[in-house]
Amino acid sequence: MPSNCKIVVDRFRCAYCGACVSVCKNDANELVETFLVIDESKCNCCKLCVKVCPMNALSVESSEG
Amino acid sequence: MHDYDVVVVGAGPGGSTAARSCAEEGLRVLMVEKRQEIGAPVRCAEGVSKSELSSLVEVKKKWIAKEVQGAKIYSPDNTLITLSAEQAGNEVGYILERKIFDRWLAKQAARAGADVLVKTAAVGVEKEKDGLRVKLRRAGEFFEVTVKMIIGADGVESRVGKWMGIDTTLKLNEIESCVQYLITGLEDMYDMEYCHFWIGHARSPGGYIWLFPKGNGSANVGIGVMPSMAKKPAKYYLDKFLESEGISTSKIVEVVAGGVPVSPIDRISAERCLLVGDAARHADPITGGGIINAMRGGKIAGKVAAEAVKRDDFSAKFLSRYDELCREDFGKTLERNKVLQKKILKMKDETLNSIAKSLEGYRMEDLSVTGIVKVLIKKNPKIFWDLKSLFF
Ligand SMILES: Cc1cc2nc3c(=O)[nH]c(=O)nc-3n(C[C@H](O)[C@H](O)[C@H](O)COP(=O)(O)OP(=O)(O)OC[C@H]3O[C@@H](n4cnc5c(N)ncnc54)[C@H](O)[C@@H]3O)c2cc1C
Ligand code: SF4
Ligand code: SF4
Repeated sequence: MPSNCKIVVDRFRCAYCGACVSVCKNDANELVETFLVIDESKCNCCKLCVKVCPMNALSVESSEG
Repeated sequence: MHDYDVVVVGAGPGGSTAARSCAEEGLRVLMVEKRQEIGAPVRCAEGVSKSELSSLVEVKKKWIAKEVQGAKIYSPDNTLITLSAEQAGNEVGYILERKIFDRWLAKQAARAGADVLVKTAAVGVEKEKDGLRVKLRRAGEFFEVTVKMIIGADGVESRVGKWMGIDTTLKLNEIESCVQYLITGLEDMYDMEYCHFWIGHARSPGGYIWLFPKGNGSANVGIGVMPSMAKKPAKYYLDKFLESEGISTSKIVEVVAGGVPVSPIDRISAERCLLVGDAARHADPITGGGIINAMRGGKIAGKVAAEAVKRDDFSAKFLSRYDELCREDFGKTLERNKVLQKKILKMKDETLNSIAKSLEGYRMEDLSVTGIVKVLIKKNPKIFWDLKSLFF
């Protein structure tokens, strides 16, 4: 999977609702009770989760290279 | 020997009703819930129809926060339509206290004989020749249980279906992205005997805004937007709405976020697996209400599971009985409302305004739902003609 892009969670904004998990095709995220974990090895950076988040807690961090 | 006949994943209204139904049918059932407290945090506006709820469980005062008379719907230009509770359908009547309600339902399941484990997440399933090995994680420790079948009642974020071969992934036009505040001190601003709904794409793209009273001047005020239509996150639109209504943001005592699936799927069962509630995408496409259908589906799931255990037949073919029974019970309404929802989503705010205006002057409280639809078609033939066959 491309790794020049990374989804990051703002833990202070996240309201642990799971909406982002429901749109992920790749089973790349999991809501573990009150915190979201993203498995970078499965994530293809489609950004659907960023779009669905009601709290604006997800963003894309792109690293050069 | 399997550890249990059935494992139920998730202890929301769907899971607890399914676990109870399994236990009452004499099955050995385990319900696992990943949260440490059942029912919290809440992800719901907590409205249900009185008659529907009473047909499913004995109504207890301790989990009813408020009883309302009906619904007030505001069109984009704030033309007001008032409906009685019966007309407004599934989500108006009682406003629940879900923290207490969900816990009560789980206790009913336990009392009927189900084992319940909290702070325990299902993290995977391995298929074996004569059953399933379900991987669980409890407080960081991994262990497994062997079962004959699994019921996925794991809500909007459901992964059980995906593990068992049912693609439940939602697209951006199949989910409402929601945020809600519990606000106090609203008694002088709104009639607290009614639920209030504000529609229109400008203020809530592809969704609506609600205010559900919870008693003592407090109310759940929330919004759902469809991510495929909204340019900004749900919270942005809700904050903007509060500002335009002059609702103070200094009296918010709870924040809730969530997603509601608003698109039914074709299959809700697979070999050794049934999906219940939001996991089965059983919430209503128009209202987003899903409590009642989760409970109805849960009840049916328990019966079908018992039948499967008795016959020792867990094939996809046999379990598709569950799909059929759900369709007969409430699935047809979901499909109809999906058609209606698509139609509404395409309407411009001006159209919504003219529809609302066409209803002005009718005493809506006197009309039945079919009565209302008849008036709608009569007054707006161009807009609603093609929907006639759905209702009559
Ligand atoms: C903002 C908002 C407002 C709403 N308002 C209304 C309303 O007014 N009326 C109405 O009828 N409906 C409403 N709904 C929808 C309603 O909340 C759901 O339809 C209902 O909760 C579905 O019940 P359920 O049992 O299927 O799932 P849930 O109640 O979501 O329960 C699923 C449970 O599964 C658990 N879980 C998930 N994954 C795992 C795992 N891997 N292992 C163990 N446990 C797991 C979760 O922690 C959760 O407790 C609203 C939803 C939202 C988001
Ligand atoms: S960006 Fe796409 S693949 Fe990655 S976690 Fe989000 S939804 Fe999943
Ligand atoms: S959708 Fe947003 S608020 Fe909800 S769990 Fe994901 S990151 Fe958190």
